[in-house]
This record gives sequence, structure tokens and C-alpha cells, in this order.
Amino acid sequence: MSPPPFPTLSRRARVWDAAGMLLVLAGLFLLCALGVDHFLTATNLRGLALAVSTSGMVACTMMLCLAAGDFDLSVGSVVAFAGVLGATVMNATGSITAGVAAALASGALIGCVNGVFVARFGVNALITTLASMQIVRGLGFIVADGRAVGIRPAGFFALGNTAWLGVPVPVWLTGLCCAGFGALLNRTIFGRQALAIGGNREAAHLAGVPVVRVKIIIFTLQGLVAAGAGLILAARMTSGQPNTSQGFELEVISACVLGGVSLSGGVARLGSVVAGVLILGLVQNAMNLLNLAPFYQYVARGGILLGAVLLDRFRQRS
Amino acid sequence: MDFPGVRALDGVSFGVRRGSVHALIGENGAGKSTLLKILSGAHRPTAGTVGLHGRPQAWASTAGALAAGVAVIYQELHLVPDMTVAENLLLGRYPRRGPWLDRTALRAEAARLLRLVGEDLSPDTRLGRLPLAQRQMVEIAKALGRGAPVVAFDEPTSSLSAPETLRLFAIIRDLRARGHAILYVSHRMDEILELCDAATVLRDGRHVVTHDTLAGVTRADLVRSMVGRELTNIYHYRPRPGAPGGLEVRGLAGPGLRAPVSFHVDRGEIVGFFGLIGAGRTELMRLVCGVVPPTAGEVRVQGATVRGRSPRAALRAGLVFCPEDRKQEGIIAVRPVGENINLSARRRHVRAGFWLDPAWERDNARTQIARLGVRPADPAALMGLLSGGNQQKAILARWLSDPVRVMVLDEPTRGIDLGAKSEIYALLQELAAAGTSVVVVSSDLPEVLGLADRVIVMCAGAIAAEFTRAAASPEAVLHAALPASASP
Ligand SMILES: Nc1ncnc2c1ncn2[C@@H]1O[C@H](COP(=O)(O)OP(=O)(O)OP(=O)(O)O)[C@@H](O)[C@H]1O
Ligand SMILES: [Mg+2]
Repeated sequence: MSPPPFPTLSRRARVWDAAGMLLVLAGLFLLCALGVDHFLTATNLRGLALAVSTSGMVACTMMLCLAAGDFDLSVGSVVAFAGVLGATVMNATGSITAGVAAALASGALIGCVNGVFVARFGVNALITTLASMQIVRGLGFIVADGRAVGIRPAGFFALGNTAWLGVPVPVWLTGLCCAGFGALLNRTIFGRQALAIGGNREAAHLAGVPVVRVKIIIFTLQGLVAAGAGLILAARMTSGQPNTSQGFELEVISACVLGGVSLSGGVARLGSVVAGVLILGLVQNAMNLLNLAPFYQYVARGGILLGAVLLDRFRQRS
Repeated sequence: MDFPGVRALDGVSFGVRRGSVHALIGENGAGKSTLLKILSGAHRPTAGTVGLHGRPQAWASTAGALAAGVAVIYQELHLVPDMTVAENLLLGRYPRRGPWLDRTALRAEAARLLRLVGEDLSPDTRLGRLPLAQRQMVEIAKALGRGAPVVAFDEPTSSLSAPETLRLFAIIRDLRARGHAILYVSHRMDEILELCDAATVLRDGRHVVTHDTLAGVTRADLVRSMVGRELTNIYHYRPRPGAPGGLEVRGLAGPGLRAPVSFHVDRGEIVGFFGLIGAGRTELMRLVCGVVPPTAGEVRVQGATVRGRSPRAALRAGLVFCPEDRKQEGIIAVRPVGENINLSARRRHVRAGFWLDPAWERDNARTQIARLGVRPADPAALMGLLSGGNQQKAILARWLSDPVRVMVLDEPTRGIDLGAKSEIYALLQELAAAGTSVVVVSSDLPEVLGLADRVIVMCAGAIAAEFTRAAASPEAVLHAALPASASP
């Protein structure tokens, strides 16, 4: 006797999962295009892309981190520190390469230390990165001696200010990050292992997943990418600023949550995260164009976040 | 009751009398747990009503169901591992003095509940430190503490061993004598014939039959109405030639063991580990498989010593471990079934050490789902939404995906229906015939006796006795497992 055919889980739910946030983004874009003056100009769109490129880049690795069930609050500080360190080294040596290498290495090192504390010593990620967020912010001020560090080798500014095929270089780099980390998450054993760890760490461990190694690698990548974002920001500002990007970590995590990443781990989709980043950027851009005071933007960002999460809950209920 | 895309229950009606134990049986995914979740207010039915004492009820929440007098003991435990036993027992109704928690009353009431189920435990023990069986007893005590007139048990004995089961039966009989109405879900037909007064059979969410009395109903009758066919010789046992050099454990010592333990399992041999709760079987297997580092001793797989002390190192040596607690250590609820199945064996099927092999991922998931009869047969379904037995099948599928030398299974058929059990036994026999050494830890005595070539009995953290298949009678094995026989 063969069992009756079994219906699979609702197709509509799956489609929403895959494309829900993209639809919201498309709707929002349309709304802005129709309702906000100067929105659909090349200058504005380029500015918008540039504005979201930093958070977009870091959101990629934050997504991995959240997928594996962890947090990283230190990214904002790493962005600032990398900029300051890169600027200082470049000025001291006159070599752009040395500055870039020093900044990237320091970011990776900070991430690696975070990872070792979280994965090897079992310290809660929230606590670990709360601490390193403050330590690294402090180090940035120490290196910079409390002031912005103007960058002398002018060739470095190309990183932030040139365009290729009409698209700014930072945007290309962010696109590269998205493609790379999207592939890492969906097409490699590493991505699956990260998701499995986030879903049930103990089960993953028993199934032979190298939990500690995977987590350390994720935090290291996170530090590396945040440092890269810091360099780009420094190139755009032509200086390393120790007090930049405060609250950046929350912006990035918000974008991830908006993109349906579960804070308890195990669920992440790159397409939706990108949509989340763009939605936040779009709203900010529109509010700028509408000449609303920046204070309102905090309120709007929080409101959007709550609204999106609520929407998601209702969807799961139905 | 409808879930998105799934009709889990379809027009089921039956009644449970006061002072009777009513069995609810059916294959994995038949809808038994869903029905109990409706009773407990966790799900709301899409149509139909629940009546109590002749009056229709409409509770919209678990609190409402409790207030109306229905207590449900779920299939998966709902306890907080980081709290004490007492705090778990009285969760949601802590005794208070003014605004303060009354610790003395809390402890006293907890102690009373523990006595009720015959557990000799300090109420201050952290719950996470207890073995699964004792956690199950705590869960039962927690539900009984509310004195509800209707009590429903969802596979309570799947993680209990013989003495706890007997204790539970005494408790249930006592409830029946005091006029409670009891619903009892189990896949163990013997228990049902022994304990229950009536039975309702579900299949694919539909009502098949209700026996108002079980007098004259045989095991075969129940199985037939459940599975739709006869099941005989479920163990598929065939004598196989063993060859030396499978798993060798020498002088292994560590937490949970009273004395160093040595044993061996030949290639192509199935060894059953029997014992009561707390006998140290799970602890021993965790040491063998590197989950907990041993303090002394050696583990060899086909002659080679296992180096390193992690499940990963054990896996590399060809030794896999399927843990007992599927909710905590087995399933990844938020990931699809296919990924849960491929999780471990995938490491052999990566391209350039890095890229997934999509064809293998798809094929293996499909093959294993078909092989074990996981339902829904959809690799994309979320693991957490499967019925308990189907989750267990998917976990077994994970370990059966991997050609290994030694397979250690801790309570592998927990919560699995009879038909599926039979399939799994056949798979294990096949595996052994192909030369794998198989260790099965089980509290189900007939299962151990039916499946194994050799039975090792543990008692109080040490090996107490060993029987060949021919010598292993139920009485002898059970006797060896009882603590008294350990100290003559
Ligand atoms: N929240 C849910 N969403 C979608 N489907 C569900 C959900 N809960 C249960 N199901 C489906 O409903 C069906 C009945 O499940 P249920 O847990 O009641 O089975 P069961 O009879 O208790 O089985 P078992 O013996 O394996 O415990 C299953 O096919 C299951 O996959
Ligand atoms: Mg069930």
C-alpha cells in the first residue's frame, strides 16, 4: 500500500521568503521615484549607491556572523580604527600599499581575537564584541591622537572617488563582496556549516562540523571586511577619522534583520539582506531630499525595523 | 486542523470516558501530537469542537486549557535546562509571599511532586544535569501537579527504561482509579494492551477505528488498522559471520563510569547495550565517540587508535555517534530536512574541498528520504515542522548517508512507529552484513534481544554482564541490569 501523496509546504510562503523584501524594496523605489523630486537623477542615485556601499559590504559578513548565531558589535570601531591606522602608516611610510596592508591586517587580527574569545573560550559574543568595540574605538583615538589624520599620498583617494563604467569603485567592491559572500553562504560547505552551527551548535558539533574553526574564520572575515570598508571611507573623506561610524554596527544589524536574518541563527539569505540595506538607504536618501531633519531618520529607521519584524510575525502566523 | 499546505487532522471524532485510559495510536505523522496540541490550546482547530464533561469548550490558549482542566505532557520536553528542578516543576505558578518568591514553599511543593512520581531527586538540582529519562519524569510531575481531570501523555515512555515505565503505569492507574480521563499516545503495542481500556487509531489525519474496549483486541489487530498490513518478524535477524577488528575499547574511564570499561565489537556484529537509567550507557558512548574526553583508555577502530578527542576526530576514524536527545543534539529545526540529512556525509562530497556538489546534495537527500520513509518526502520542508518520529528518521538518515566502520546509536528508534522500526532494523542488519560494527544502546528490551548478536548489560557505571544471543533471555538480562545483582 503506497501512502497518499503528501502536500508540500505552502508555495506562497516560500515565494515570500525568497522575494518578499525585494518586493517591498521595489514598491518603495517606485514610491520615491514618483513622489520625491530629484530622486531619479543620476547624481542622486550615484550618491545613494555610494552611501549604502559601506554598510552593504559589512552587512555581508554580519549576515554570516548572525547565521552562525553570533553578533559583532565592534564593526563600527574597526571601520574607524582601520581608517586612522591606514592614514597614519601611509603618512609615515609614504607607501599606500603599506597603509592598506596594515589596516586590513589589523582588522583581521581584531576579528580573529573576537572569534577566539567567542568560539574557543566560550565568552558570549555580545559581551566580547561590546568590549572590543570600546577597546578598538579607544585605540583609534590613541593612534590618531584624538584628531582626524589627513592622508598625504593623494593616489589613495582614487579608491573612493573614481568610477568605472560610470559606477563608483566602492560600489563595485560592495557588489563583489555580495557576490562573494552570497556564493560562500549558498554554494560552499563553509556556508552550510555556518548555518548549521547557528541552527543547533551541539548537533553541528556532533555531526563533525569544526565549530570553533568556522566561527573564528567568520569573525576574522568580518574584521577584514570592516577594515576594508574603513579604508574606503577614509579615501572618500581624504582622512582617517577616529570618531566616524558610531552606531554603524546597529545600522548593519538592522539591515540584516530587515533582510530576514534570524538573530537566533541558522536563517540567512543574501538577496534579502541586500534588499534590507537598500531599503534603509533609500529611506534615508528620500528623507534627505525631502529636507527632513536628520533626527527624524533615527525614528524612521527604528520604525521600519519594528514594522518589518511585525509583518514577518504575521506572515508566519497565517 | 490545517497547517499551510498540510491537513494534519481531517474530521476526527471520539470520546474518552472518565476513569479510563484511552490509547491514541497511528504511524509517524498520523496527527496524534497535533490532536494533543489542540487539546492543550497550542493550536486552534480549523473546524470542530472539544467537549469536556458534556459541555463544548473553546479555549484559545494553553493557559485556558489548563484552567479548564486539561494537562498535556508533550512529546518533546518543554523544560528550561538552566533552572533548577523545583523552578521547572512550578514554572508559571510560583508560590509567593507578598511580592516575593516563597523559596521554602517552592521547594516543599517540588519535593511533593517528585515523591508523586517516585523520583528521588533534590529539587535544587540544575535540570540540565539530569539524564533524559529523569527530565521526562520531571515533565510528568510538572503536569500532574496541576491536578487536571484530563491528562494526555504523548509518548511518555520513549525515553524511559523499565522501572520508570512501571512507575509511570502505577501513576496512570492511580489517576484512572481517581476518575481522571487519560489519553495515552505510544508506539509500543504491548504497553497499550497492558495499560489501556480503549483505543483510537489514526492514519494520515483520519479516524480509522475506535475500540471502546480492548478485550479481545490483539496486537495484530491494532497493527493492521494502523499500518494497513500485517507485520511479522520485524527484526529481520539473520546470523552473520563476524570478523575481528571492528571497534575495540580498552580501559576507558571518565565521568559517569564507576570503573574502567573494556569491550569490543567485531566487524559485521551488532552489539546491544542494555541497562537502566543511570547505568552509564550514554556516558560510555559519549566517551567512546569523543563527545566527552576520557581520562584514560584507548579506542581503536579496525586496528587504528582514534586520535584526538572530538566527534570530528571520531568521524575521521570512521566512527559515528547518533545521540539520544534529538531535540538538543540532533535536529537543526530551522534548516530544511535535506540539509539536516546531508550535514555530516557532505564532507566527502565537496569539490576542491570547498564547493558543494548540488547533484549529490539533491540525490542523497532524496534517496535517504525514500529509504527511511520520511514524510513529508520533501527535502525542502523545515525540520522543525516534522512529526517527532519523522525527525528521528531524518536524523538516522544523516548517519546512514555515510559509509562508516563503526556506528554507535543511542536509542535509535525513539518515537518511531512499528512499520518504520522494522525498516530501520532491516537497514541495520544490512549495514552489519556489509561489515560495519553496530552498537545499539536501547532501553527497549525486546529491541535489544531481537536485534543484537550479543548483549552487554551495564549497571551503575560499569559492565555487569554479557550474553550471547542464545543465552540472552529477558529474565536473565533484566536481572543483570538491576543494581542488587551487581553486589552479590
Ligand atoms: N506547525 C506545523 N506546520 C506544518 N505542518 C505541521 C506542523 N505541525 C505538524 N505538522 C505536520 O502534521 C502532520 C502530523 O504531525 P503530528 O506531529 O501530529 O504527528 P504524530 O502522529 O504525532 O507523529 P509521531 O508519531 O511521529 O510523533 C505531520 O505530517 C507534520 O509534518
Ligand atoms: Mg507525535
